[in-house]
Amino acid sequence: MELVEAIILAVLAASTPLLIAATGELVTERAGVLNLGVEGMMIVGAACGFAGAWLTGSIFIGALFGIVAGTAMSLIFALMALGLAVNQVATGLALTILGIGLSGLIGAGFVGERIKPAVDLYIPGLTDIPLVGRVLFGENAFVYCSIALIIGVWWFLYRTRAGLILRACGDNHVSAHALGYPVLRIRTFAVMFGGACAGLAGAYLPLAYTPFFIPGMTAGRGWIALALVVFSSWRPGRLVVGAYLFGAVTILQLHAQGWGVGIPSQFMSALPYLATVIVLVLLSRARTGGSTAPAALGTVFVPDR
Amino acid sequence: MLDSTPDGLHSGESPLLQTLGLTKRYGDFLANDAIDIDIRPKEIHALLGENGAGKSTLVKAIYGLIQPSAGEIRWQGERIVLSGPSEARSRGIGMVFQHFSLFDNLTVAENVALGLDGRESFKDISARLEQVSRTYGLPLDPRREVWQLSVGERQRIEIVRALMQDPKFLILDEPTAVLTPQEADQLFIVLERLKAEGRAILYISHKLEEVKRLCDTATILRGGKKIQTCNPRLETAASLARMMVGGEIKEVKARAGRKTTVPRLVVNDLSLAPGEAHGVRLEHISFELKGGEILGIAGVAGNGQDELFAALSGERLSRDPGTVVIEGIAAGHLSITQRRKLGAAFVPEERLGHGTAPRMKLSENALLTGHAASGMVHHGFIDTAATLQTVDRATETFDVRKAKRDPEAASLSGGNLQKFIVGREILRNPAVLVVSQPTWGVDAGAAAVIRQALLDLATAGAAVLVTSQDLDELADIADRIAVMFHGRLSEPLAARDASREKLGLLMGGSIPEPKEAAHAVGA
Repeated sequence: MELVEAIILAVLAASTPLLIAATGELVTERAGVLNLGVEGMMIVGAACGFAGAWLTGSIFIGALFGIVAGTAMSLIFALMALGLAVNQVATGLALTILGIGLSGLIGAGFVGERIKPAVDLYIPGLTDIPLVGRVLFGENAFVYCSIALIIGVWWFLYRTRAGLILRACGDNHVSAHALGYPVLRIRTFAVMFGGACAGLAGAYLPLAYTPFFIPGMTAGRGWIALALVVFSSWRPGRLVVGAYLFGAVTILQLHAQGWGVGIPSQFMSALPYLATVIVLVLLSRARTGGSTAPAALGTVFVPDR
Repeated sequence: MLDSTPDGLHSGESPLLQTLGLTKRYGDFLANDAIDIDIRPKEIHALLGENGAGKSTLVKAIYGLIQPSAGEIRWQGERIVLSGPSEARSRGIGMVFQHFSLFDNLTVAENVALGLDGRESFKDISARLEQVSRTYGLPLDPRREVWQLSVGERQRIEIVRALMQDPKFLILDEPTAVLTPQEADQLFIVLERLKAEGRAILYISHKLEEVKRLCDTATILRGGKKIQTCNPRLETAASLARMMVGGEIKEVKARAGRKTTVPRLVVNDLSLAPGEAHGVRLEHISFELKGGEILGIAGVAGNGQDELFAALSGERLSRDPGTVVIEGIAAGHLSITQRRKLGAAFVPEERLGHGTAPRMKLSENALLTGHAASGMVHHGFIDTAATLQTVDRATETFDVRKAKRDPEAASLSGGNLQKFIVGREILRNPAVLVVSQPTWGVDAGAAAVIRQALLDLATAGAAVLVTSQDLDELADIADRIAVMFHGRLSEPLAARDASREKLGLLMGGSIPEPKEAAHAVGA
């Protein structure tokens, strides 16, 4: 029993940064923009988040630092890919490389420092319920925040007019422009939201997951978040399932090593990507028409005026 | 402004919308040069002109999509500067786009909601959508996603969306280009009704007979300038065409003295699963095409014409070699190159991207289809002189107008590029030519050159298969016409027996009554 609870807690902890970053990227991609710089925005968010928390002693301010840093990174992307209509794939990759370098620079002075990590919720009585108590009522604020975030995004995309317009921009930017919607402005906001989420997801790592900063600590989570968006076929509901599934795989990988199971850890690390490829194949076979991906994803749009 | 219009054209009503000296400049290019146009209530006003005459630019300016460089727009006598389409809509200007501005992966109701500006709830929009579509006889299911709908249904969404804003003035950009004759007739009933309700309509079309039938006034543009405003009912189609082109259009020479010879292209019971998500399944297609003959394939776009072209050209192979027979040899399993070596040539519908590589020179594009059977490659090396010679011959024979000897394909205008592509294939003296939409989006002059070239090729003994949505074109050049619908091909009709009505019914999927008044298409 204890072990099951521990594993669930570990899975939740490992899944949360994936869920937050992927939620942001989902919105970005639903608006038709492919930002491959998630890893870069996350790592800068991690460095700045840690710096903020270390300087002020507040986890909350640290998280804010992470969000602001992620948003700033995404604005570089927006300027290049939307403002100057540069190829999105190339810009996104460059953003990741920039982010990794930048985070090393920012974080250099903080390596080896420690902070007090985010506290877990404690409600007397509720949190003490065996098995589910700590899982449901004993998490830190980031976990609850990630769940509120994905529910909010679902509601926004499918229940609000603004969400409909955002999806329309991702489906056909020429039509959206012809109807008079400011495609580039909407996309800029979507990219910024994606950056804010990636920054928050990055900040989660040194503020809640491990209480210190090391360079490269995102360790490919940004790429997994990108794969996750594809895995979810751009749907918030499936994104939640995918995030916990991918998180579980990472935990499984650690435990498998501990138990001495003879599966190479490299294979386990590759599993999320393998799963994404398989899901893509299944999706394209199952669906008879329409496209699962936003039809305008990754295409450059220059309005004529 | 001098009123050059014939007497009795306008009722005394003052214009609803006016443009005064409207000019739009792109760099050195004047897309619109000081255009004056008056549109009155209860008027269907045609806007005529060849491609590049400036029609689209003008309506985009009126709809607020682009800002004019000079001149002004007056709405009910008052000068307005439109900040964008939503302001145009709020003033009562609606637009139905030529290339639909729809979102394939959204539902009908969502598409309509996106075109409305108000704070209406989604439920109210759905209810009103059903009401408007019932009132005007334009049935629509609000819950379906657009990609599932036919072209005619998609256009209905556009029209209903525009009507839900209750516009005083509606712009329609080539609305009938993709419709069957029957669907077009239904549209005309709706337009007449809108006119009777006191609305004004600006109607862009290439189809002059249609304009004569429907429109009260016509403004003709050429090269960005207004040529004239006239009453189309007092003009002939030929006189309207003269104003559009600025000269006589060569009549395509009749098909006298052509003899049919042996079968050169035979298709036997060809069935093929769709290659992509939105594709059409080809079902049991059979026909025989003899040398010296032109077979026309009519049909609304998206009924399997693209799939048939791919199966004939070898872009998609069939399991059974005997389904496609070229010059007596079973070729269903052969590649494009092997089919070319048998004497076949292919001209796809899409000029840029399919017919040519846009950023490559014409000579390189000539090589792309000519490498197999035209002696442009020796021992693996390209004979540059031979490729350039092909360009020169095509230029000379088919009057391709271009800025230099060997420009990039993308730099040519649509008509000139099409002349080059058709010319490139015809110069190879093919035994079989399969051509898809030969004059789609091509101006009248170039269209005449291309049609004549196809006729001459058939006269020289080749078998020619033409897929086209333009019934007049097929009536002009084809000996027999068959119709594609949902991946099936009808029995070919002799062109003189193929009335518009008969073809229209086939295009809509119904089998015509055997005893139907048969007057030929072009008549």
